[in-house]
Amino acid sequence: MLEFAVKGNKWYWGWVIVLLGIIGAGFGIYLMQLQFGLGLTGLSRDVSWGFYIANFTYLVGVAAGGVMVVLPYYLHNYKAYGRITVLGEFLAIAAIIMCLLFIVVDLGQPMRMLNVLLYPSPNSMLFYDAIVLNGYLFLNLVIGWNVLEAERNGVHYQSWLKPLIYISIPWAVSIHTVTAYLYCGLPGRHYWLTAVLAPRFLSSAFAAGPALLILLCLFIRRFTHFDPGREQIQTLAKTVAYAICINVFFFLCEVFVAFYSKIPGHMTHIQYLFSGLHGHGAMVPWMWASMILMIAGIVLTVTPATRRNEASLAIACMVIIMGTWIDKALGMIAGGFVPNPMHEFNEYVPSMPEMGISLAVYAVGALVLTLLYKMAVGVKEEVKA
Amino acid sequence: MENSRRRFLQIAGVSALGLGATPVLNAFAASGAQGSGYHLDRNENAATAKQWAMVIDTRKLSTPESLRPIINACNTIHNVPTEIQNKNQEIKWIWEAPYHNAFTDEVQKFMDESVEHRPFLLLCNQCENPPCVRACPTQATFKNKEGIVMMDFHRCIGCRFCMAACPFGARSFNFRDPRPFIKKTNTEFPTRMKGVVEKCNFCAERLAVGKKPACVEASGGAIAFGDLYDPNSDVRKLLKENYTIRRKITLGTEPSVYYIV
Repeated sequence: MLEFAVKGNKWYWGWVIVLLGIIGAGFGIYLMQLQFGLGLTGLSRDVSWGFYIANFTYLVGVAAGGVMVVLPYYLHNYKAYGRITVLGEFLAIAAIIMCLLFIVVDLGQPMRMLNVLLYPSPNSMLFYDAIVLNGYLFLNLVIGWNVLEAERNGVHYQSWLKPLIYISIPWAVSIHTVTAYLYCGLPGRHYWLTAVLAPRFLSSAFAAGPALLILLCLFIRRFTHFDPGREQIQTLAKTVAYAICINVFFFLCEVFVAFYSKIPGHMTHIQYLFSGLHGHGAMVPWMWASMILMIAGIVLTVTPATRRNEASLAIACMVIIMGTWIDKALGMIAGGFVPNPMHEFNEYVPSMPEMGISLAVYAVGALVLTLLYKMAVGVKEEVKA
Repeated sequence: MENSRRRFLQIAGVSALGLGATPVLNAFAASGAQGSGYHLDRNENAATAKQWAMVIDTRKLSTPESLRPIINACNTIHNVPTEIQNKNQEIKWIWEAPYHNAFTDEVQKFMDESVEHRPFLLLCNQCENPPCVRACPTQATFKNKEGIVMMDFHRCIGCRFCMAACPFGARSFNFRDPRPFIKKTNTEFPTRMKGVVEKCNFCAERLAVGKKPACVEASGGAIAFGDLYDPNSDVRKLLKENYTIRRKITLGTEPSVYYIV
């Protein structure tokens, strides 16, 4: 199937070259970071994780979101999704590759990375994160590739894939649960220390992942001879609508607990994020933008007319992706670390090199997704013809 | 023909994956026997304890000037890079903080002014239930037999999970090569490299040769040191006779640094 990825028109190759250019530039910046150290970033003693880990967290969600097409198709026999499950699985592959890269660029000593496997530490959540992320990557590669190949050959996929498919469903939940456990088991970080963090991560994942998938489906329909299908997109849109509502609901639960109990440790981080504290308010416009975007997303996806209209649905998906990104990536990190456990305020702003490297990681993900989708669409077009 | 070639490539790919995984599986099999590779040279004077602990009599250390020699002693002995200009990325083993930052849970609305304005020495609490050790994915930070939370600078991958886990801000990350920022290098103690985390080690290297921690020695009797579980130790005597507080005890980490206020 790889032959589909090396055949394309000038737009395809132009896009690939642009991505390779960004990756090359970003790799150059990364070499500088490797040489100098993470001092090149905006990170500090107090905000010791930043843009890299924020994007990592968000993309784990995008990867987990793929299960929202896999589950209805394989568990509920919802036939319509048969056409697009591979798109969900390939999106998960690209997202996981970005997650792993974001972890690597965040390490102070990346050449020692395999120490995680050499000295397995079952008490560390990072140990489990390494297992579940790599496992999920492996599952999606094997399943996506073989099911697509079977479709091309006009046969049913191999029966040994079935158990892997069933395993991949709870596995998708596990990747985001473990990612939330990285945060929510730490004493002294009150913004994260909440049992609803993993459910909150999952709900935002099941909104953001399918929202991105809808946009990709609309793109594929417009620019290729493969139509992912109107019904498929509409069903995904309903998933997005439920998930984004639940995500905002979970957040409001947090707000209630903090402000009804009036326990300062629970309130300060939310106050810092949404109104600023002691003159520190870098996150305030971002957090309100996030809330407005997510609520706009709810209105647009819950209202039948705007959900059924694919133009307004596309806008809804974009605002939901942006809103959840600010909430889960930026807000989660900044809110957790500021103020620090000694009630000192040191805010965080990512540096230019940090953003350049992050952009390059996204370019790697886009490249992987482009190649995989090119193959998937190639097979679908061939089968249709 | 084409089919068999594809099959061959698939099998070759899977085999390569298998070969790549062998050292990893071996490591899993051998991990029980290895433990941490950290080694300290001990001599016959080495002091031992079940859990080393510290009692800081803050009444005797009431001015910033009285803390300076203590902080300097630690920095000099441990090659702490004190010349880093960016305060957000500096390295701190033992440092000074006001009461309301040190004891965030015990700030009274109106309180004893002498206590409120007193400077407090902060350092790693060498917790009995250290969250940083729990978080570390490589056992680069671990609790030794005497209750000290140690750092293996050669194993640390610089993920900074321990920094997020520590509720006391006791851990520092080398955002860049620290060596140019050390005033005068002490060849008896290792310098660190960029990309690893470090913190106070209760002077484990001095205890191993029968010396007291550097800060204790420099404090002129204001800091006591001993075994928390030896009823006759210096620290237990002080704890019996004085009202002491510890930082953030509600978190259950069981800090081993006590403060007499």
